[in-house]
Amino acid sequence: MSNHKTSLSKVSHQQRIGDQPWLRRLLIGLAFLLVGSLLVVPLIAIFAQALSAGLNIFWVNLSDKYTLHAIGLTLLVAALTVPLNLVFGVFLAWLVTRFEFPGRRILMTLIDIPFAVSPVVAGLMYLLLYGSNSWVGSWLMDHDLQLMFAWPGIVMVTVFITCPFVARELIPLMQQQGSSEEEAALSLGASGWQMFRRVTLPNIKWALLYGVVLTNARAVGEFGAVSVVSGNIRGETNTLPLHVELLYQDYNLVGAFTSATLLAALALLTLVVKTFLEWRQQQSAS
Amino acid sequence: MTPASLLPKNLISKSFKVTGRQVLPGFALSLGISLLFISLVLLLPLSGLLVQTAGMSWADYWAVVTDSRVMASYQVTLLMALGASLLNGLVGLLLAWVLVRYTFPGKRLIDALVDLPFALPTAVAGITLATLFSAQGWYGQGLAKLGIQVAYTPLGILIAMLFTSLPFVVRNVQPVMEDLNSGDEEAALSLGANDWTVFRRVIFPALWPALVMGVVLSFIRSLGEFGAVIFIAGNMPYLSEVTSLMIFVRLQEFDYAAASAIASVILMASLVLLFAVNIWQTRYLKRLKGSQ
Repeated sequence: MSNHKTSLSKVSHQQRIGDQPWLRRLLIGLAFLLVGSLLVVPLIAIFAQALSAGLNIFWVNLSDKYTLHAIGLTLLVAALTVPLNLVFGVFLAWLVTRFEFPGRRILMTLIDIPFAVSPVVAGLMYLLLYGSNSWVGSWLMDHDLQLMFAWPGIVMVTVFITCPFVARELIPLMQQQGSSEEEAALSLGASGWQMFRRVTLPNIKWALLYGVVLTNARAVGEFGAVSVVSGNIRGETNTLPLHVELLYQDYNLVGAFTSATLLAALALLTLVVKTFLEWRQQQSAS
Repeated sequence: MTPASLLPKNLISKSFKVTGRQVLPGFALSLGISLLFISLVLLLPLSGLLVQTAGMSWADYWAVVTDSRVMASYQVTLLMALGASLLNGLVGLLLAWVLVRYTFPGKRLIDALVDLPFALPTAVAGITLATLFSAQGWYGQGLAKLGIQVAYTPLGILIAMLFTSLPFVVRNVQPVMEDLNSGDEEAALSLGANDWTVFRRVIFPALWPALVMGVVLSFIRSLGEFGAVIFIAGNMPYLSEVTSLMIFVRLQEFDYAAASAIASVILMASLVLLFAVNIWQTRYLKRLKGSQ
């Protein structure tokens, strides 16, 4: 985060408030205390718990067949969700930042719904629509298609939960950039696809990548919505977060925290990539 | 300006230029794909919930949503969400202030860590907090000596909500604080105002809309929080059950109608809050600009 307001000039009268050394130290100290106790200690606790029975047990837990299956299913869900929401996010951002049309603001509000809806409610909505109690569900059942309590249902609710992320990253950036470069490319004879690939994409690539990273993090970690539609069948419809829950309910603390370390490591990686991408975007903006 | 903070960017929609209607390609295609996607993924399932709820008689609906155990869950959810989001207002303001106004070693690290609650899966946060605050946990041991029990009480719910919604206030306030006009501050100081007055009369009014937005977003998030809460809450009926857990309980009893009725209550509460705070913020910002 840039701190461009830091004044370097030495003027006799006071220019900013809050720069008294005691206040400065107090506030920075408080910030460290809060971040340390609320964020850093829990993070350390995850790894400490996982390794509390030794490295051997850690590996045994990690290579457990149900854990491996949960990892595989989680990766499958992310692999299907992320591309779908990537394509949707780019089209929606293009639509609302490059064209004026009636209903534009409504579209931008609708896209926020997944942020406001409780994950459990999201899962329930899909269960009601596609579960065996609805006519859609019974039609699907007649055709031997099961969406709920099976992996397709998990993918569907994950798409719902994560659909705003890419669009949300792109829209403010594309609004700021405007469309003059794209119009110039077109007037020079570029086709629509050429314009997108050569002009739009290079301008938005860091924000796009960041949207993808966020979508992926949430897709891998979603719990509430997925637990409603999954049915929690070990070795079948158990994603990694659900697996963590199952082990925890079984009083297998070390096992639960072992799977949790994978998710925590991914979260840390997400933060590192985020910091890097922000830095890149600042570079390319200046 | 932070180019990419994790959530709402309602504050960044500064300048929207009306751009060429027919000049740029892809209107029909992007409209078609967006509408298809939004209808299938968002609106169709939403309508499923409405249809299910509409199928109930008013008396049945009322009986389900005002059931005494459910009422107790509203109470504990609302109170703890309110406490957590107000606390977040304070913590978030402090962190944003420190990150924007001061330079110190470790600043980038703190800035990056603030987003951890959004990146860490809620179930992981839940089991971690439950373990830390349990009677044998690192925090629980010390608190037990003081006679404070956090795990398996409403206080645990508050801690879990505080954790999961921590980034909202920081990330809403931070960009606004970075863009503050330092001239106003300097002018007020040179006119003889003391620090506290400058903060209260000059800086705080400019931060207010972003602060309220952050607090309301963290309140909405807390209302619906499930994964982080259920592990630490203990889930005792009438005492520490949150409303999203009640939906889950009704589902496990295969009472879909009751589950949807309760879901419709929190859904409406969150959507009304979301729209209200968006409208309020737009108006406030307009007034702020108009007065300049």
